[in-house]
Amino acid sequence: MSADGPSYLDGNAAAGALSEVFAVDVTAAIGRCAGCGRTEAFGAAHLYTQAPGLVARCAGCDAVLLRVVTTRTETWLDLRGLTHLRIPTAE
Amino acid sequence: MARAAVRRRLTWQVGTVAEVYDETATARTLVLDVPDWPGHLAGQHVDIRLTAPDGYRASRSYSIASMPSGDRVELTVERLDDGEVSPYLTQVLSPGDPLEIRGPVGGWFVWRPDQPGPVQLIAGGSGVVPLMAMLRTHAAAGSEAPVRMLYSVRRPAAVIYRDELARRSAAGELELTLAFTREAPADDPRPPGRVDADLVARVTWPPRASPISYVCGPTPFVETVADLLVTAGHDPATIRTERFGGSR
Repeated sequence: MSADGPSYLDGNAAAGALSEVFAVDVTAAIGRCAGCGRTEAFGAAHLYTQAPGLVARCAGCDAVLLRVVTTRTETWLDLRGLTHLRIPTAE
Repeated sequence: MARAAVRRRLTWQVGTVAEVYDETATARTLVLDVPDWPGHLAGQHVDIRLTAPDGYRASRSYSIASMPSGDRVELTVERLDDGEVSPYLTQVLSPGDPLEIRGPVGGWFVWRPDQPGPVQLIAGGSGVVPLMAMLRTHAAAGSEAPVRMLYSVRRPAAVIYRDELARRSAAGELELTLAFTREAPADDPRPPGRVDADLVARVTWPPRASPISYVCGPTPFVETVADLLVTAGHDPATIRTERFGGSR
C-alpha cells in the first residue's frame, strides 16, 4: 500500500465481522449519516482497517458511522454515526 | 442460491482444500470443500483465518471466484510477498489441508441473474476475481444482460483466467478489453498505460445505456475509475465498488 494513496476499503469489507453480530447482511442496508445526512448503502462507506478493529466513515463527510472491535470474549459495536439503518427484508 | 438469503449469523467453519492450481506466476486458485455451504451470490467474499502455533491469528477477505455449486467454493489469491496470509495460501497450503472460513458475506457488491440491464465490469489486477464469479454465473443462468469488461493488468503474463476469458469473449458472452499498464503485446494498438477517460469512453457502456458498473481493484485504482465514470456522466448510485488494500 502506498503511503500517499487512500488507505480505506469499502463497507463491504466489514461484512464478515458484522455477520457475527447481525443475522442480516448490513452491507446492503441503507444508512443515514448523523453528520451530514447522506443516505447510502453501508457497503459504499469508507472502511479503515488499520485500527484495532474496524472503523466505517461516511463517504461524503468522513464522519465516523460505525466502529466494531472484537476481543477474545466480546464484540464492541459503536453505531454513533448512523441515525438509522434501513435493512431490506426478505423478498 | 436462495439459501444464501436465509437469515442467520455466521461463524467460522472449517473447509478442506480439494485442489489448487496456478493461474499466473503469483495467483493461485484454491478449490475448497465446505460442508453445508449455504450457497452464495456472484461478487460475495469470504474471510479466511489462519492461526499460528502460538495462537496468533490473522484474517483476510478473499472474493469468491466460482459460481454457486454445491459445497465447492473457489478462491483465487494473489500472492503479496510481504503479505502475512497470502504467501501461505499460495505457496504452502495443499490438497487435504483444513482452512478456517467464514462466509459468504456481502450483499452490496453482487450481481444477480434477474438484473436485466447492461453490466459493466472493471477490474484492476486481481480485482478480476469477483467479476469472474459474475461472468460464470451470468453464463450458467443464460442471462441475456449484455456484459462489457475492462480489465487493467500489468502485462500479458499477469492476466488471471486468461484462457477462460478469451473463450467466453469468443463465444460472445462478453465484450472484453484488456488494458495493459506496463507491457503490452506487440499487436496491441494501445501503448501501455493506465485506464483513462479516453479508454473509458471507447470501451465501456455510455451512461445512456444505464449500466450497473462493478469496479474492483486496489483502492487507488477503484478511486480513479469511479471518478472517471462519474465524470463521464454515470449516476454514482449505479457504480458499485470493492476496494482492496495491500494488507492481503
